[in-house]
Amino acid sequence: MNSRIKTLRAKTREKEVSLSHERAGLVTDFYKTYISMNESIPVQRALCLKYVLENKKIYIEDNELIVGERGPEPKAVPTYPEICLHSLEDLEILNSRPKVAYKVSEETRRIYKEKIIPFWKGKTIREKIFAVMTEPWIDSFHAGIFTEFQEQRSPGHTAGGDLIYRKGFLDLKSDICQCLGKIDFFTDHKALEKQEVLKSLNIAADALISFANRYVDELDRLAATEKDASRKVELQTMAAVCKRVPAHKPETFHEALQYYWFLHVGIITELNPWDAYNPGRFDQNLYPFYKRDIENGNLTREQAKELLSCFWIKFHNHPAPPKVGVTAKESNTYVDFCLINLGGVTPDNKDGVNDLTYLVLDVIEEMRLLQPSSMIQVSRKNSDRFIKRALKIIATGFGQPSVFNTDAILQEMALQGKSVEDARLAGASGCVEAGVFGKESYILTGYFNLPKIFEVTLHNGWDPRTKKQIGLKTGNPKNFKTFEELFDAYQQQLEYFVDIKVRGSNIIDQINAAHMPVPLLSLVTEDCIENAKDYNQGGARYNTSYIQGVGIGTLTDCFSSLKFYIYDEKQISMEEVLTALEKDFSGDDILHHQLKKAPKYGNDNDYADDILKQVFRAFHGAVTGRPNAKGGVYRIDLLPTTCHVYFGEITGALPDGRKAGIPFSEGISPVQGADTCGPTAVLKSAAKIDHLRTGGTLLNQKFLPELMKDEKGVQGIVHLIRSYFKMDGHHIQFNVVDEKTLRDAQKNPQHHRDLIVRVAGYSDYFVDLTVALQEEIIQRTAHNIY
Amino acid sequence: MMDNPAIFKIQRYSIHDGPGIRTTVFFQGCPLSCRWCHNPESQRMPGKISSEEMDKLVAKLMEEIEKDMIFYDDSGGGVTFSGGEPLSQPKLLFRLLDQCQEKEIHTCLDTSGYADPEILFSISQITDLILYDIKLIDEAAYKTLTGKSVSPVLNNLKLLSNRKTNVSIRFPLIPEMTDTEENIADVISFLKENTDYRDIHILPFHKAGEGKYELLKMKNHMKDIAAPSPKRVAKVKEQFEFNGFNVTIGG
Repeated sequence: MNSRIKTLRAKTREKEVSLSHERAGLVTDFYKTYISMNESIPVQRALCLKYVLENKKIYIEDNELIVGERGPEPKAVPTYPEICLHSLEDLEILNSRPKVAYKVSEETRRIYKEKIIPFWKGKTIREKIFAVMTEPWIDSFHAGIFTEFQEQRSPGHTAGGDLIYRKGFLDLKSDICQCLGKIDFFTDHKALEKQEVLKSLNIAADALISFANRYVDELDRLAATEKDASRKVELQTMAAVCKRVPAHKPETFHEALQYYWFLHVGIITELNPWDAYNPGRFDQNLYPFYKRDIENGNLTREQAKELLSCFWIKFHNHPAPPKVGVTAKESNTYVDFCLINLGGVTPDNKDGVNDLTYLVLDVIEEMRLLQPSSMIQVSRKNSDRFIKRALKIIATGFGQPSVFNTDAILQEMALQGKSVEDARLAGASGCVEAGVFGKESYILTGYFNLPKIFEVTLHNGWDPRTKKQIGLKTGNPKNFKTFEELFDAYQQQLEYFVDIKVRGSNIIDQINAAHMPVPLLSLVTEDCIENAKDYNQGGARYNTSYIQGVGIGTLTDCFSSLKFYIYDEKQISMEEVLTALEKDFSGDDILHHQLKKAPKYGNDNDYADDILKQVFRAFHGAVTGRPNAKGGVYRIDLLPTTCHVYFGEITGALPDGRKAGIPFSEGISPVQGADTCGPTAVLKSAAKIDHLRTGGTLLNQKFLPELMKDEKGVQGIVHLIRSYFKMDGHHIQFNVVDEKTLRDAQKNPQHHRDLIVRVAGYSDYFVDLTVALQEEIIQRTAHNIY
Repeated sequence: MMDNPAIFKIQRYSIHDGPGIRTTVFFQGCPLSCRWCHNPESQRMPGKISSEEMDKLVAKLMEEIEKDMIFYDDSGGGVTFSGGEPLSQPKLLFRLLDQCQEKEIHTCLDTSGYADPEILFSISQITDLILYDIKLIDEAAYKTLTGKSVSPVLNNLKLLSNRKTNVSIRFPLIPEMTDTEENIADVISFLKENTDYRDIHILPFHKAGEGKYELLKMKNHMKDIAAPSPKRVAKVKEQFEFNGFNVTIGG
């Protein structure tokens, strides 16, 4: 790492995250003063974006090479009052909460109080949503049956495709012009609507070009006064780059990076789409520019690395927009889930790994920043060398890159009816969600609390926490004679709550379609221009809505316990279980212990894993294929971000032996500590889920650095990945743990049953080792935490 | 499970007991009592089992072994029979090897070599690879540190070499015990003079078994002995390499 990058990296890491009123202030000014009520809503939104980009502060960091900040300075995070208006109390919570805080200045509070709150109160999307949701929706939301992704953030969840590397914004403007000319005002009843959408896209293109031109002016100004000769040349080069992109299609590696970055800043300034935006298949998209520049002698590998490092820092400068309430609980992090995709296959289905892939992996290793996130796509066509290179980074305990199965993603896309050509452009964004980059809107609508629905089933539709009848009356479980009756009751409740969720999301989609179009995001998402339809109206080629199931491991183990002890072995009665759950197992140690010993998911044991398949089928069946409001369908994902903690918090004791308030199993990982047969057993169990019928599953595996320290250890992981992917597993990530976790494992071994250690000539579970050996292993573990 | 079962542990995802990803089946019972043994709980011989129990056990073990087939296929792995000393339960071992051969599962036998030559020979014919422990060459030292005579171990290895059996030598490097200048020189010359085996794995002593001695209330001879330093391990590796061996550290 050279001194420029070292300094920039230190700056972005040390900079405190703050909340900026800049955007909220400009948006308020625009709507108060400049808006013409005669304009259509899409045009208003585009003009609003243009106003913000033409009036916000231009910031250029000393010695940076890629420019563009969303806030007035790095890590100054804007707010989006048209979506979610923060109260003064919210601002105080954001300012002072112990985790994921955003510093809020006195000035910001004053501006909020005097200008922003008075103007936006009663006009936000969040308020619109809550005003029209039905009582069952509100009750389910407050009970924690599901969360709602769109209550504080706009729909987004997409990644950039290859469009911007083929076309400049001027090219897109001429496409718009052509489409405008084709509108048929004689027979098409949507002609006016289409015209307004196309006009809005055209304005959005101008908005981003103006923004780039403001950087040109500022760079020219800085260059004119710059004393250092080499920096002066750099500033002149940067100005020349910003003059070309995004107006024109990029010609150089530098231009391609800067183009993407302007677009990224534009999209996350336009609104706060969930999962920000994403450069998608990064090495695929950038490689032609890299190759050409290197071959022409216009770029060295070192210069490319420096540009990439500067690019990485820009992501790190942009923490997620501030979240409060349930949204903060379900996704409690600064990370905004931009996920860099590397590897996989090319559009003509060949090994997609190239020189740039390895260079980017070098950058990921060296930068070691929480943002952007990174992943590798592994196809059977990719070499082991590629996986091993990534594992070297993973082995440092960084948790990145995560590992995805390209062959599974291709099949998932094909099963969803996408064309082969489009499927090969697919990848994963956010956490693990698969979609066709640049052509698909695949929004997440919210997490879905599977174990809570089970709890409600055990209470005949009653929620013991909010003390309300929120579900159906499916019968007193004491009267269920068979496991099938119990399962049937659960399935009825599940379908009931899915109905509530889908109904709500269809309404929310319509609210966003009518009130919150996103012209800039639409401009770069294929086929919005051709369809003359906004992204939020279903303009993209594909439109999918996901409901993300949480706690499938916990749910499986709950069913397994009851099936085993009540219906098969007949050792315990439902009444005994219910009584123990109500008391959170206090005074019922024997029963508690017994329930914990039932067959558990994650051990390659068909008793539990068959139940897993059954609960998966029920969830999949209840959701998949239902139409959404954008011409697409609903599908399922299995991932939690931090929602398994929130959902656990609001759910009482469960029959798998989990006590009230404890987090659920995470992703499709087994319940913490329930898997005791090693990683191959976990992978076998996890592969019993029909991954190909989802849009993404998340499997976490925790390893000690010792297990990956030598060639044989790394090779072992390569084989684990290959075998899991042969079984169509979607994703796996490795947690190579640090001392802190091990210390906690010593104090709370019951939470760390699945922690594997490489002892010497064999592997074992950490908690099974004697204290002396644990101590020894702790000493060996690398103290390398960031 | 029985009070004193024939198998004391099954470990899936073993990557240091032969090639690839393996399932290691640990047999109960060992004729030796090596001072550095890190599985002391495996030493006691198992109880006798009826042929009916044996059938059930074989079926159950095969079911367990077959669970990770996909991982074996991909990694070139398979099953490793370890212990204890698997050769001390030849009937069970034979049945398992026979079934694995039929199902084309790669097999390793991890043995001390302290066994009846007839048994070892017949077992070796249906085993893909034998991981063979050479600890000490000197009779007196072997007797003191393991409790038994070394000569069957050395003779058996010669026999296997003569019959061109696929063997990987494993040399546990135990400070003050096997890690002496004389012993290392003896091991080198024994292997060179009597066998064709030139692949050797050095297994440095570790403290993993320590806690088990406390639990079993057994005397731990290794309490004050530390693991060999990486420097020392490298030195020994060099010495073997100088003598024409291919050396791997670890299993």
